[in-house]
Amino acid sequence: MTATMAYATAGIGLFVLGLYALSAYTHLLRKVIALNIMASGIFLVFGAIAHRAPGQGADPVPHALVITGVVVAVSATALALALMLRIQAETGQPRLPDETSD
Amino acid sequence: MDVMSLAANWTFDGLLALALLWVGWRVLASTNLFKGIVFFIAFGLLVALSWVRLEAPDVALAEAAIGAGLTGALLLAALSRLRRRQDSAQASDQPLDAETSRTARLSLGTQALLIVFSAVLFVCLGTAFLSLPPLTPGLGPQVAEQLSASGVTNPVTAVLLNFRAYDTLLEMGVLFLALVAVWSLSPAPAQLVTAPGSILISFVRVLVPIVVLAATYLLWIGAYAPGGAFQAGAVLAAAVVLILLAGENTMPAGSTWPLRATLSLGLGVFVAVGMSLMGMGRSFLDFPTDQAGNLILLIEVAATVSIGVTLAALFLGGQPQRGSPK
Repeated sequence: MTATMAYATAGIGLFVLGLYALSAYTHLLRKVIALNIMASGIFLVFGAIAHRAPGQGADPVPHALVITGVVVAVSATALALALMLRIQAETGQPRLPDETSD
Repeated sequence: MDVMSLAANWTFDGLLALALLWVGWRVLASTNLFKGIVFFIAFGLLVALSWVRLEAPDVALAEAAIGAGLTGALLLAALSRLRRRQDSAQASDQPLDAETSRTARLSLGTQALLIVFSAVLFVCLGTAFLSLPPLTPGLGPQVAEQLSASGVTNPVTAVLLNFRAYDTLLEMGVLFLALVAVWSLSPAPAQLVTAPGSILISFVRVLVPIVVLAATYLLWIGAYAPGGAFQAGAVLAAAVVLILLAGENTMPAGSTWPLRATLSLGLGVFVAVGMSLMGMGRSFLDFPTDQAGNLILLIEVAATVSIGVTLAALFLGGQPQRGSPK
């Protein structure tokens, strides 16, 4: 139980930090990094829940799901970065057009 | 467990959790984006360490290779392309402080509201976690029961490639689609690095064979111990990225079909195995027990090669141009 609580709290904290940064920053690269921090937080909470199961070690099914999630997250990050570079090429700014004046 | 080692465990987990939060905060709050990304890579390694503590070595390997390593490389590559374009646009009216302005110029009211909202959310989520029903056995016992029929002895690989093979098949599809989308957005930059130093080039010559060997080991051991196609693919991608950084970023002048075939190999073999099982009167991806080990290995070898090349192609950040000059 010791590890579980610590990592679940850290995971929830990281999710909230990432969500704050995602809404506060306009720079798209910062938004992508914030999304990655949020994803790490979610995975950690999931892993902490998997670790609560008693008996023969941790549950392998959530672990497999998290590995799938990590790969999907890197695919989404690569696509988001390509979109960001395209937005910069079109508008000259690495932010969404309606957020430039804000 | 005696009191001393229990206390040591508590201290370690507590400190690691605090370090996660602090480094996560540094990633998001550092004024300099480059510094933030370096912190992000360190953050990924701390997350990998947490996975070891949560008894998930497979996830720790994936997080270290993909979450910290490749995502970090992707972010650094994107940052350098952003800056290069910004430098070339400097003469015009582009403000260069774009990335140093830490937050959007939000009004103080909005910012306070956001902070209050975040704090409330933290408390709510924490309460939700604490009020989860007490310990349940989860799916671990069922996996352990069926493990002997899966063809492998590592439970995580059994779940990934046998019990929940659909997930993994669709995940390969996601990876493939992401690359198709990235390719359709822009061509790859003609020049990746200005001039690779001789240290990098000789370093790459020594390192690449070792990295390829490590990837093969991870792939093979995945059937019995932590490891597997995704970790091996990510390590393989690191080798390809190193070669790209050393200046070998031109496509062969001929057809791009060999590259395209390699990229779709993993998905193709996965679907072909599933379909031929259907032809034998079984359902899609329902492996016969005596052949499961071999079929999983076949799928994993193809998947590793495709994952490695796809992740490296994502790092390149666009469709490689046929025979483009260096």
